[in-house]
Amino acid sequence: MALYSEKVMDHFTNPRNVGKIDNADGIGEVGNAKCGDIMKIYLKIENDIIVDVKFNTFGCGSAIASSSMATEMIKGKTIKEALELTNKAVAEALDGLPAHKMHCSVLAEEAIRSAIKNYYDRNGIEYDKSKFPEPHGDEHDHEFDEEE
Amino acid sequence: MESKKIIYVDNAATTAMCDEAIAAMAPYFKEVYGNPSSLHSIGQIAKEELENFRAKIANFIGAEQREIYFTSGGSEADNQAIRSAAMLGEIKGKRHIVSTNFEHHAVLHTLKRLQKEGFEVTYLPVDCNGLITAKQVEEAIRPDTALVTVMFANNEVGTILPIKEIGEVCRAKKVIFHTDAVQAVGHVPVNVKEQNIDMLSVSAHKFHGPKGVGFLYCRRGVALKNLIEGGAQERGKRAGTENLAAIAGMVAALRIAVENMEKNAKKLTALRDKLIEGLLKIPHSKLNGDRLCRLPGNVNTCFEGIEGESLLLLLDAKGICASSGSACTSGSLDPSHVLLALGLPHEVAHGSLRISFSEENTEEDVDYIIQEVPKVVEYLRNISPVWEQLEKGERPHLI
Repeated sequence: MALYSEKVMDHFTNPRNVGKIDNADGIGEVGNAKCGDIMKIYLKIENDIIVDVKFNTFGCGSAIASSSMATEMIKGKTIKEALELTNKAVAEALDGLPAHKMHCSVLAEEAIRSAIKNYYDRNGIEYDKSKFPEPHGDEHDHEFDEEE
Repeated sequence: MESKKIIYVDNAATTAMCDEAIAAMAPYFKEVYGNPSSLHSIGQIAKEELENFRAKIANFIGAEQREIYFTSGGSEADNQAIRSAAMLGEIKGKRHIVSTNFEHHAVLHTLKRLQKEGFEVTYLPVDCNGLITAKQVEEAIRPDTALVTVMFANNEVGTILPIKEIGEVCRAKKVIFHTDAVQAVGHVPVNVKEQNIDMLSVSAHKFHGPKGVGFLYCRRGVALKNLIEGGAQERGKRAGTENLAAIAGMVAALRIAVENMEKNAKKLTALRDKLIEGLLKIPHSKLNGDRLCRLPGNVNTCFEGIEGESLLLLLDAKGICASSGSACTSGSLDPSHVLLALGLPHEVAHGSLRISFSEENTEEDVDYIIQEVPKVVEYLRNISPVWEQLEKGERPHLI
């Protein structure tokens, strides 16, 4: 099994934080079923701290593992800390992802930002809109489609 | 994870070699090691064996000895057949090729390259069952058509195309007909004369032979251009010292496959049909490819709301080695071009599973697969936001 690191396989076969939060304070969904991956992240936030986080993911092994790892990395953290989470950090925590799977870690980062943005919007909290660009969603990189 | 038996059901990708093929190869490493092009006795013994093998291969597919050209495999044979026919067509001012939209990439990418070089290609659309008709081919042929290339059987969905009828049409229109028969030879009856085939590509490792060897059949009277320049091997059509050991393995494997074809087909068809029936009990699942007009060992299904690679990896963890037309397995993000050609929406095509049996598989294997796949599908659906939307009616079920 050289396709993925042991950590990816662990988070894929035993994902942490799977599920939904009924009264979530923020929900983010990114990706597109057409492209083969959708991530949905639910946040429970108290006093600026992410007290609980759950996810549902439709996608490949690395998409599920990235969701699992990313949720683990922001659980118990402040919103500010969660916003500092980069896709690179997620991939590194998984002991790396194959090059053509890096977009999965990007989706994880975007899903978290999207959920936090949703929390801000719901609560009328001001934020710097430039720091929350629209997720790639429909058209995330398809740079590996074509040979040559 | 508990220790487990490995169930290999990815025989359309490659097969394990049969004992007869392995045994047949052994003498050609240290005993009959000569170069068939050498004039001395050691070389000439090898030459004689090589020609014997050629005659046997020819016999298996109803061809003549001189019509068989050994290659490194199916991809090379496809490349050579198509490029050769294109080059010859060009001399006569024919720069049009007819094919289908669900060929193997060895064919599709060769055609794409030719398009860049100025050829025009008509890709006939297969129907939702993964079939085309000879009539479609007939209507697509033009006065400037240099070649028709249509696969014998599809590698993903296992459909068997009406090769004989397509060959008939091509004969009548005097157009060269090539077929990529990599999935067919050794599994279903192939006879180039009866089926009106001008060129045919074969790979040994799909029927328990060694990897890295195959052959191209090219009918006498159809000119063949070489792609690999060098020595005068293969009657000047394919340079490079012949891999006699691999050819010996291929011949042995094909002999076993042809001798047991009827028996194997019967066994595989029973396994296939049982598995199809079992898997289709999963709600919102679908069989891809025609139910009957398909290879004996091929099952290809889609499960809505999940993605194929994760399905595949979880099955692997349970000891089931299968395949998926999923994007994620191939490094591309688009789902299988074959499933899209059948008209499946992207989101459905992502959730595909291909099981391809060999005669080594058993009914117990099928029972185990039928027992495990639904669990994995259910698990993945439970964590899938797409499935949630489908269940809530926020997204329409497509299958």
